[in-house]
Amino acid sequence: MTNHWNDIQHSDCILIMGSNAAENHPISFKWVNEARAKRGAKLIHVDPRFTRTSATADIYARLRSGTDIAFLGGMINYALQKNRIQRDYVREYSDAAYLVNPDFKGPADLNGLFSGLEGTKYDKATWTYQLDENGNPKKDPSMQDPNCVFQLLKKHYARYTPEKVCGLTGTDPQDFEAVCDTFTATCKPEKSGTIMYAMGTTQHTYGSQNVRAFSVLQILLGNIGVAGGGINALRGESNVQGSTDHAALFHILPGYLKVPTSAQPTLAQYNEENTPKSNDPMNVNWWGNTPKYMASLMKAWWRDADLETAYSYLPKPDKGKNYSYLPIFSEMAHGKVKGLMVWGMNPAVGAPSSRMIRRALSKLDWMVAVDLWETETSAFWQKEAGVDPETIKTEVFMLPAAASVEKEGSVSNSGRWGQWRYKAVDPPGHAEDDLWIMNQLVYRLKDLYKAEGGAFPDPVLNLTWNYGKVGPNGRNTPSPREVAKEINGYFVVDKDIEDKATGTITKFKAGDMVPSFAILQDDGSTCSGNWLYCNSVTNTEFKMMKRDSTDPTGLGSYHNWSWCWPVNRRIIYNRASVDLEGNPWAKDKPVIWWNAMKKLWAGDVVDGGGAPGAKYPFIMINHGHAQLFAAGMTDGPFPEHYEPLESQVKNTMSAEQVSPVIARWDKKVKEEVCDPFIVEGCAAATFGSPEGKEFPIVCSTYRVVEHWQTGQMTRWLPWLAELVPHQFVEMSEELAREKGIHNGDKVRITSIRNQEGIEAYAMVTKRFKPFTINGQTVHQVGMTWHFGYKGLVTGGNANDLTPFIGDANTMIPEYKAFLVNIARMGR
Amino acid sequence: MAEYIKLIDVTKCTGCRGCQVACKQWNSLPAEKTGFTGSLQNPADLSFTTWCLIRFDELEKDGKLKWIMRHDACMHCDWPACVKACPSPGALTRTDEGAVIHNPKFCIGCKSCAVACPFGIPKYSKAQDKIAKCTLCYDRITDGKQPACVTACNTGALLFGRKEEMLEKAHKRAEQVGGLVYPGNPKYETHVLTILPAGIAPKDLSQMNPDPKMPATVLWWKNLFKPFTLIGIGGVAGASLLHYLIKGPHEAHEKKEGEE
Repeated sequence: MTNHWNDIQHSDCILIMGSNAAENHPISFKWVNEARAKRGAKLIHVDPRFTRTSATADIYARLRSGTDIAFLGGMINYALQKNRIQRDYVREYSDAAYLVNPDFKGPADLNGLFSGLEGTKYDKATWTYQLDENGNPKKDPSMQDPNCVFQLLKKHYARYTPEKVCGLTGTDPQDFEAVCDTFTATCKPEKSGTIMYAMGTTQHTYGSQNVRAFSVLQILLGNIGVAGGGINALRGESNVQGSTDHAALFHILPGYLKVPTSAQPTLAQYNEENTPKSNDPMNVNWWGNTPKYMASLMKAWWRDADLETAYSYLPKPDKGKNYSYLPIFSEMAHGKVKGLMVWGMNPAVGAPSSRMIRRALSKLDWMVAVDLWETETSAFWQKEAGVDPETIKTEVFMLPAAASVEKEGSVSNSGRWGQWRYKAVDPPGHAEDDLWIMNQLVYRLKDLYKAEGGAFPDPVLNLTWNYGKVGPNGRNTPSPREVAKEINGYFVVDKDIEDKATGTITKFKAGDMVPSFAILQDDGSTCSGNWLYCNSVTNTEFKMMKRDSTDPTGLGSYHNWSWCWPVNRRIIYNRASVDLEGNPWAKDKPVIWWNAMKKLWAGDVVDGGGAPGAKYPFIMINHGHAQLFAAGMTDGPFPEHYEPLESQVKNTMSAEQVSPVIARWDKKVKEEVCDPFIVEGCAAATFGSPEGKEFPIVCSTYRVVEHWQTGQMTRWLPWLAELVPHQFVEMSEELAREKGIHNGDKVRITSIRNQEGIEAYAMVTKRFKPFTINGQTVHQVGMTWHFGYKGLVTGGNANDLTPFIGDANTMIPEYKAFLVNIARMGR
Repeated sequence: MAEYIKLIDVTKCTGCRGCQVACKQWNSLPAEKTGFTGSLQNPADLSFTTWCLIRFDELEKDGKLKWIMRHDACMHCDWPACVKACPSPGALTRTDEGAVIHNPKFCIGCKSCAVACPFGIPKYSKAQDKIAKCTLCYDRITDGKQPACVTACNTGALLFGRKEEMLEKAHKRAEQVGGLVYPGNPKYETHVLTILPAGIAPKDLSQMNPDPKMPATVLWWKNLFKPFTLIGIGGVAGASLLHYLIKGPHEAHEKKEGEE
């Protein structure tokens, strides 16, 4: 979230798209209702299915799964055509006035492609800004130059006419117009609109571009950095923000530092290639500090090694090599992965094409499952999984883990608040907390490497591991507070630091907490496990433990309640909430404001510092301006509509049916020799293929409020099992009639990856309606992915049907749009 | 003693069913083994172990789809039919706070309350031979807490407070959203009020009695017939006395051998 949950109360218009917030983020509705009651805010819900969110919305518009960019492109076009944009904001705070390389071409010129496509990858040589002699982007403040970003954007989205959009999305044109009119009304400087989204946005082969489309729209409307605005990713797990901040993903190190590649053998080279330079004094260029963050991280991990040696310990994948979820399981299916630690995760239910995943697990030599219950994953070898245990050679170890209330630690919520949690009760039996398990693991690995050597023992042997009190055996009893201190960072030697602006010198002693990330050093004198969290623990305060419910700014930001990254800034990019003189655009909900008498900023912790107009507001972006044109994307600087991999609809926006740069396992397995189960598990019912015709119905998976993820936390709880005891598939009355299905019947749902199919109860409802897409009737159904074969209540696993394909940028699977067929089984 | 009202604002309900679970948790009610009901409503109805329930209604009004989620539980009538109908003193009581509570110790399992209730609230268990229902969390509200369902509700769909304050809130909110306050009958007051969305009438929704009132049978039986039954009981006693005076004490007929 750029903002926070309780900031939703300041919104004038709330667009929920790709999310069923009422069900999956119920607390958000406290603030949605607050905005509606107190500000008269309008609530818009855009979704294929009429959900509990739609039920309370002022405007509900439906769209076929997978057509978000068409819809949003239409909204962007509406805003541009009707001049519903906050022009000053766009000109001053975004890259709209930047000039782009004249050789750049887009889908309007190349029938769906951007310039530079080579095979299945883009060469981005033309996706660049024109730079002046100082290396700064050239600008046309009038935004009239045909090569400026604004004009290119206009040209790109001029194709997204209401007719074309509604033809693809199946939205009623009147509803579409109502959404456009209502939401773009927030272009007025004093108004703000927020977008709340979740996995309905991201789980597509162009999911990242769906989010980009939100960014473009919000920048045009001047809705970023302001109260009641922003782009707000509603996180699906209590600490998923924390786990991404601390690098749960393969391509980042803590604090979103890039993982080094094998082509960057030295830290010097890594720093050279990953540190943007700027000659513009107004550009804060925050990533210019990369060497300080990286050096501090190396010192956190290998205290006694010099920086280059520590850097040499880091694993360095080859450039372009992908180690995300799908490639890992693909490699496992091919027998190339020997062991797996499944820590609080249940891929046997949660992964796409999960029947193939369960078969892939059987190729492992060993698996260690750390969880509260015996999950479908740790029980993949049992009879309930539909296999003969005799045939499985994998050795499975189960480590019982402590639940959240049985351990101490921090949780970072969607609004980036790091909040400390205390242990309430002891875990049952031999269950232990994660830190205890990890501590044991590290010591035992160190012992083994010491005793047996190995290919490269140094990184493990020299790893700094010093969390908590040292016992008689010389080993620590781990303390999460010690971990938090290292994450914040401290001085490892005495150091005097001069403030260049004032000339004052501050003396730091070894062991002193680093007060803020601006003080982190690139010479190895500071350590910090995650620069983003620097400032969360000081010499005197453990800020994540703060529970002061006073509200200093009056905006509901509660700056003394817990701690928020970065440096307790509650709304990021807040410098865009004021004009160049420092006056808030919205007088009734100012985030920050300039006190001209004291020459100080008041309100939230300001982005950038300096007097009004002295710094560009988007400090984390290389040139300091919000990007309408984002060359960092793998699949194009502007979001462009493509169809899902599995679709019965022809893309009428261009000649490109699907994104040209997605990794196609369905094609790859046809070209190589592999197990039949892999060919089956990776198959896709693509547009126009003969197999595709057998599966005419669009399906989407989702969650209900009563269950959580793969159901392992909820299907074991009697009160929740009571509420939703069975897997069900929701369908329209029209489709049910066609198929002879009645409400409550048992049905079988099949996909090309699972012809035997899964069973579910039919929930026939008015809340689904067939779509008319360019004259063709398209049915859509949906089911939850909460069910499996372990728990008090069990049921068909929806992911046994889902496609093995991921987003072009992030590889997140396309759970939200794929093709199935349905048949009645009986009552 | 202050009277309280629980306010159900259907326009703010998202059907998360936190209230349903909180109710079970506070009152230590076991989960039911449920089946697929054809909708999200589950369990299918209120029961001896389910004291509050979100009812889901899908309806089309003026071509627009409406999906109404309504918290349903005891309405805690000001003049409760169940109390009136109950033959066992102390089994059902209307408290000064306005809560209608049941005491299993005195319940004789006659089901008169279940028959009398205009909202179909008291539910009977054959195994226990008792009835059970929502108590407005009498054990919480008399300790300065809110009912468990209200505490669990995060969207503001359930509110609890002093009667006058809640009445004012209810009518203000109904006016704001253009909807009705249910039951809204000045002759039939309850300590639970429901705000319905604009254009939705009680008759549109399942299990919502459009015209709740004290059943005539209860009044007829209790006010008219019951005195006669007392007369009847007295009459029997009087006749026995008379019989005693005339005929003397009852003598057991000794059966003689051979006699039938």
